[in-house]
Parts: sequence; C-alpha cells; structure tokens
Amino acid sequence: MILFENVSKKFGATIALDDITLEVKQGEFVFIVGPSGAGKSSLLKILTREILPSDGKIKLGNVDITKIKTSEIPQFRRKIGMVFQDFKLLDDRTVFENVALTLEVQGKSDEEISKLVEHTLKLVEIWDKKNLFPRQLSGGEAQRTAIARAIVGKPDIVLADEPTGDLDPKTAWGVIQLLNEINSWGTTVLMSTHNQEIVNSLKRRVIKIKAGKIISDTKEGKYE
Amino acid sequence: MNRAIEFTRRNIRRTPFQALAASMVMFLTFLALQIFVIMAAGSQEALRYFESKPQVIAFFKEGTTNQDVSLIETALHQETRVTSTQFVSKEAALEIYRERNKNDPALLELVTANILPASLEISTQTPQDLQPIAEILKREPVISEVIVPQDVVQTLTSFTKVIRVTGGTIVGFLMVFATLVILMIIGFKIRLKRNEIEIMRLLGASPNFIRTPFILEGIFYGVTGAILTWAITYAGLWYFQPFLQGYIGEVKFLPVNPLFMMALLGGSLILACFVGGIGSFAAVRRYLKI
Repeated sequence: MILFENVSKKFGATIALDDITLEVKQGEFVFIVGPSGAGKSSLLKILTREILPSDGKIKLGNVDITKIKTSEIPQFRRKIGMVFQDFKLLDDRTVFENVALTLEVQGKSDEEISKLVEHTLKLVEIWDKKNLFPRQLSGGEAQRTAIARAIVGKPDIVLADEPTGDLDPKTAWGVIQLLNEINSWGTTVLMSTHNQEIVNSLKRRVIKIKAGKIISDTKEGKYE
Repeated sequence: MNRAIEFTRRNIRRTPFQALAASMVMFLTFLALQIFVIMAAGSQEALRYFESKPQVIAFFKEGTTNQDVSLIETALHQETRVTSTQFVSKEAALEIYRERNKNDPALLELVTANILPASLEISTQTPQDLQPIAEILKREPVISEVIVPQDVVQTLTSFTKVIRVTGGTIVGFLMVFATLVILMIIGFKIRLKRNEIEIMRLLGASPNFIRTPFILEGIFYGVTGAILTWAITYAGLWYFQPFLQGYIGEVKFLPVNPLFMMALLGGSLILACFVGGIGSFAAVRRYLKI
C-alpha cells in the first residue's frame, strides 16, 4: 500500500532521510521509532506531501505521490488522517466543530456532517464533550478529539506523529488503544513515538530510524 | 459557496472590531463618493436648468406694440442659434411676480401690471450664443434693457468642473486608501489564522476553499459600507429636502429621482465589490501561501 523506494531528503547540508526503502501493507500498524531528529517527522511529512523528497519514489497504492499535481494534493490528503503531538485543534471551535472541519473541507452536506461527527465522537467516547472548547478539555480528551477529526473522513491511513508525547501514561494508553481499535477496522496506522513501554507492549511492526537511515525493521518488534 | 459564506460569517463575527473598522473606512469612502456624485448631478441639473431657461431677457419700452414684438420674434426665429422665444406680457409678468411673492402681501400691494415691463425670453443653442443674440436685441429701438445671465452659467460650468475634478481626486484617493485598509485587515486576519489555514490544508482543503472566505470578507466590508452610506445619504436628502430646496430654487432636482438613487446604489455596490475584492484578493496573494 505504501512504498518508499530509495527516498532521501536533504535540507541544505543536513540529511533528514538517507536512502529509505520500506513497504507498509494495507491494515498494518507500524511504529516508527528513533531519537529526536532521526527523521521520523520528515518521513510522515513526505507521506502527506508537505515536503518533497530530494530523491526516490513514494507510492500510495498505484499513485506516485512525488508526481501528483499541486491541484491534486487536497484530494490526496483526504485519504490520510493526521494526529499530532500538540493536537492542533482550533481554539475558537468546539469539539464538534473541530471534527466537522474535516468533512466541511470535503464539501459534505450539513446533514451528513452531523451524522458522521456524532457517530465518530461516540466512537472515541467524547460525545458528551461536543460543545466544549479545546481549552476546556483534558489532554486525553483533546487527543481523542484530534483522532476523531483524523478518522471522521474515513481515511485509508492514519499518521500519528508522537500522539502520546504530551500525555500522562494512563491517558497515553487510552489513545493507543483507540488507535489500535481504528487499525482493527482495516485502517493502516503509522505512528512515530519515543514511548518504549507502548511499543514493547503492543508487539507490532517497529521501524527504527537513526540519522535518516532505517537501522531495523522488525515484525512484533521492540524498542530498546 | 454556502460553506464559504458560513466561514466568512464566522470570521467576521469572531473579530467584530476589525470588521467595524473596515466597514467604517468603507463607509467614509462611499460617503465622500456619494456626496460628490449627488453634488455633481445636482449642479449638472442646475446647469441644464439655466441652459434650458430663456437666457436672454429683453425688456420692452413703454408703448411697444404687438407688431413690434412680432417683428423681433420673426427676426429671431430666423437665427439658427435661437431655439425658442417667449413673450411675457405685463399681465403675465404680474402673475409671475404674484406667484413668487405670494407669501409677502406687502410686496404685492405696491405692484401693478403697469410698472412691470413686457419682456421677451430667448433660449439659445449654447451659452456662447447668448452674447451675440443680446447684441442684436440691444440694437432694437423698442428694447430698453437686455439681461444676459451668462455669468450664472459660466459659474455653474466652472463649479461643476471643480466638483468633478475635486470629487474625482478625493474619491480616487479614498478608494486607494480603502483598498489598502482592506488589504491590511485581511492580511492581518490571514496571519492570525495561519494555524487554522495550516490545519485546513492538512485536512485536504482546496486553495479556493481557504481563500474564498477572505475574499468574501473584503467584499462584505465594501458592500456594508456602500449600503450604509446610501441609506444615510437617502435619508439625509429626504430629511433636509425643504432646507435644500430653498437653496436650489426652481431647479428640479429634489426630491431626488428614485431611479437615480437606485443607480447610485447599484454603482456603489459594484465599486464596493471591486474595492473590497481587490483589497482582499491582494491580501490573499500577498499573505496566503498555499
């Protein structure tokens, strides 16, 4: 489903990714681990076409995403749901409105939006918070809102960039269980993290990156 | 489009003071524009009035016969510069005098038809024809006096020209100023909303989806300012009509023709869309990199 072929990314003299080749199949849950500055975020940003690689090919299905036109990027991004460490919720919108934004940009009708947002908020168990603003939420609730926003458009892939980074261990577990559940429906999940405990407990595929290179790629791997 | 309007509404509602400031600037711009347009139209109407009115008035001496008047009229009708002539008898002059001074009985008591001279009012093709016609009339022995109100027309012509030039310059300056204010306000809002824009981009919003509300917002400020100005100007004209009528006398400008006011509204709205649209479009081009 996702194929990186000899992908490199340089920012001036700095090498963020160095000849990365990897394949992720539909429905996989993959941890991308490594120290800060290893290239995890660059890998995810290339996947969303926020940045272009300096070299190599990236395929999503049959589409080489390095070759899609600028005008096609919005449509392409609708296939990907994104979750961030700092949630990136809009402070002046309620939980409901934050989640609805995904569907609004897709041009869905108000009726459809109401139905899908309600369904998703119930799924992530924050329906009762629908009218609250982000500042009124706990970290876990904010991240659940961000996850709801990522999945409400039914994307093929969810990219989570250190989603538990700002959460306490208990809340972090709740978020991981949610991502795990989303994966169980057939959605591919790529998650970058530093959290050893989570990686080691979940026993999923682990890709370890260091200085822009893949140094290990193991099924049911561990992060040591 | 509905979604864009909804986003625009939300943007405006969440920054009410900026919205107010932008609308006020547009209001002042369109107030100046509409006042100058009305003044220009009014002075044009006054000019037309004076040009269409008998501009040379020849007063006859006592004892002038109808035959003398007919001879002069016949001679004038052969002049291509003359468009029409009208004889005002002593009795008709008294009627006009009475009508004009009906509210002042003291003035009416003292005047009879005998002391008012008969006159001939002559309209010409252009104001430049007035003087030559006056010269012809002055040579007539039965004519005692010839009045040429050419200076009124010349003053009005210069006044209209000054209004057009001054108004055009001031309005042009204000239009540029308003466009820049819209550019700054929308630019500021774009910067303020960069996180939201970034998130929308990542969620798959098309560039037009992100840009359109900002452009609509600029247009909204323009349109609000134009409508507000128009309503206040129209109400002001209606309210001050008796007062203004005293100044413009017989010139038929008030009450202002509703069609003229509708055209003024239409023109202002088009200009408002243009100024608001250009300002916000420039801001989007300058500050919104998608």
